[in-house]
Amino acid sequence: MSRENSNDAFVEFEHVQKSYDGVQLVVKDLNLAMPRGEFLTMLGPSGSGKTTCLMMLAGFETATHGEIKLDGKPINNIPPHKRGIGMVFQNYALFPHMTIAENLAFPLEVRKLGKSEREEKVKRALDMVQMGDFGGRRPAQLSGGQQQRVALARALVFEPELVLMDEPLGALDKQLREHMQFEITNLAHQLGITTVYVTHDQTEALTMSDRVAVFDDGRIQQLAAPDTLYEAPENSFVAQFIGENNTFEGTVKEINNGLAVVELDDGEVIDCTPVNVSKPGERTLISIRPERVEIDKGRLKEGSHTLKAEVLEFIYMGDIFRTRLRVAGRDDFIIKTRNAPDQVRLKPGQQIEIGWLPEDCRALDA
Amino acid sequence: MMADTHVDENGLVLAADGTPLKQSLARALRAQKIRALLLIAPLLLFVTISFVLPIGEMLMRSVQNTAGTEYVPDLLPNVVEEVQEWDPASGEMPPEPVYRALAQDLATAFENRNHTQLGRRFNYESAGMSSIFRKSGRRVSNWDIETDGPFREKFLDIDEDWGDIEYWATIKANSGYYTTSYFLAAFDAQRTSEGIAMKDPDQRIYSKLMIRTIWLSFLITFCTFALGYPVAWLLADLPTKSANLLLILVLLPFWTSLLVRTSAWKILLQQQGVINDFWIALGFTERMSLINNQLGVVIAMTHILLPFMILPLYSVMKTIPPSYLRAAKSLGATNTVAFIRVYFPQTTPGIGAGSLLVFILAVGYFITPELVGGADGTFISNRIYYQFSSSGNWGLAAALGTIMLVVVLLLYYIYDKLVGVDNVKLG
Repeated sequence: MSRENSNDAFVEFEHVQKSYDGVQLVVKDLNLAMPRGEFLTMLGPSGSGKTTCLMMLAGFETATHGEIKLDGKPINNIPPHKRGIGMVFQNYALFPHMTIAENLAFPLEVRKLGKSEREEKVKRALDMVQMGDFGGRRPAQLSGGQQQRVALARALVFEPELVLMDEPLGALDKQLREHMQFEITNLAHQLGITTVYVTHDQTEALTMSDRVAVFDDGRIQQLAAPDTLYEAPENSFVAQFIGENNTFEGTVKEINNGLAVVELDDGEVIDCTPVNVSKPGERTLISIRPERVEIDKGRLKEGSHTLKAEVLEFIYMGDIFRTRLRVAGRDDFIIKTRNAPDQVRLKPGQQIEIGWLPEDCRALDA
Repeated sequence: MMADTHVDENGLVLAADGTPLKQSLARALRAQKIRALLLIAPLLLFVTISFVLPIGEMLMRSVQNTAGTEYVPDLLPNVVEEVQEWDPASGEMPPEPVYRALAQDLATAFENRNHTQLGRRFNYESAGMSSIFRKSGRRVSNWDIETDGPFREKFLDIDEDWGDIEYWATIKANSGYYTTSYFLAAFDAQRTSEGIAMKDPDQRIYSKLMIRTIWLSFLITFCTFALGYPVAWLLADLPTKSANLLLILVLLPFWTSLLVRTSAWKILLQQQGVINDFWIALGFTERMSLINNQLGVVIAMTHILLPFMILPLYSVMKTIPPSYLRAAKSLGATNTVAFIRVYFPQTTPGIGAGSLLVFILAVGYFITPELVGGADGTFISNRIYYQFSSSGNWGLAAALGTIMLVVVLLLYYIYDKLVGVDNVKLG
């Protein structure tokens, strides 16, 4: 899927395959090129091959086929300790028998740095993650968030150009996680390091990354910037995996001028943007984001398609309202409206009319 | 403090009904505590009867001065009183009243059939005393204490050893209810008329055995560690299915009788055994002595105690996530450095537990040294058993047992200071 010029790619996967048992491929034909300084997230459900890709890049797994290049050089036969890649592990993997400062000094010691230089770098790295006062403690004496910061500092202390992170925020609570997301991206951009980040949390992927690679079934389903991924998913897996989504099944009637006419299974006919449907008669899955549905007739844009709907449920969520509707024979149609002073609060049983622009309604593979 | 907690004038927190909170809590937990106590009562009783009491009995026996079931001073009340006046250092025989008292006490002892036990008791201290007590018993019972004196000559008539000052020194030294002579014997020392002295070097067997037992136990512990560590690591590293299979192989020796395993080693290691036959077949001309010596004990006991090292190591290694080693490597450490700096230090609780377990088991081992130890491979426990069953010197057996107990406790204490017993993990 990479369209980059591979000459200035810093990390590169070329037709990489991986199998553990010789029967099934966990990673099927992976192609990826990352420019220097990019923050790329591998996102996908568990078992989709994202962690395996990370482990191959780190050197803990060998590719069954294909080539992985770092800065233009193939690294398939370089052992992990010579790759110079920083890594943050899911459980932090801070050495429990060493103090925080010793943990940070470890990569510098094995690189045979002098004592004063070591101490200076350790101090700088700890200060960078606001953990300067904790050098003498043991990992078990720190909270999860603090351990996370230390793990980050340890992965960065020897100044690697590439840092890998394997679900590093998975064990933190929501508030801390959001704060750390912000800190990690800030640090990465500040230091100009290239980052590969693995997560199954789509919000994390969208908020942190320059680009996101959505994994499923051992392949990259889509590799794009977060906004493109969200607003223009290329297939139904990506559409359904990223964000909330209303779907209808239907059949393509005709395609012209960049518009597809789709007949839904209950007979309703609507206009959509064709994404990966090509000819009439094809089955398709229509996808509309809940926040792109308009319920106020006065605000409907020209060219909008309107449908009748019945309100089934109204859920107050604080910043937004979430309303469940029955639309075109489906009773799981969700809309989201902002909690603004003039926003209407729908009541169950109410009959309303909803509408959306054909651009927001995407006809994907069924 | 929260506004709705009640506090009395002494600052004690009160429960809602006004009683002190501590008292209230104790009452609430009482039923629970009683139930818990009842549940462990059978075990507590069992441990007390089968473990605590025998150990107490052993500690007592190592210092009690008894002949058979009676205390020596109860059997020789008059002698004990009279002999206090006599000083062995004077170089003279005890005076007549002592012999008279002996005649009195021996007559009573003969009546109660105790005189041979007395003889045996003193024989532990000075060889030869058993026979003079046995000889004298019947003769003395015919004497009349009032008229037949003086008794010194009469005793010397029976056996002139009754004039031996060393014998009388022994009687005087062991005239109390408690004695240190068993412990002295256990340390290869004895009491002479000149005080406490070490035995002749060629008679010092217990200190030699003690040192040998501890040294061989260290050696066996080290061997189990050297052999067991890689096995435990392999076990911890393998996928569960194959690890379980291997674990069964490790545990297999547990399901075979100890006697069978030791005998198997005899067959393998003896002069005409499998290993020596193979050795000769390889072209060597001299057969090796692999058994009935210390080497045989180390080989057989290392094999027998190996699971006790592997299991604690395995249980500790199992808890070390592979990500530590990966992290170390990603930070630039080679396999060797990652092992030495990151993996090995985390397995020390397992090493500690395994070593402690193997060492304590080895120090008290009996069957294997008995069967494959030969002359120079026996342990202190074999000697304790000998004193207990063949020689009948329970006091010495108890003293040796007490010393072993103290040595093990001492090592445990040192270990606790060095490593910390809290760090030991058994599973």
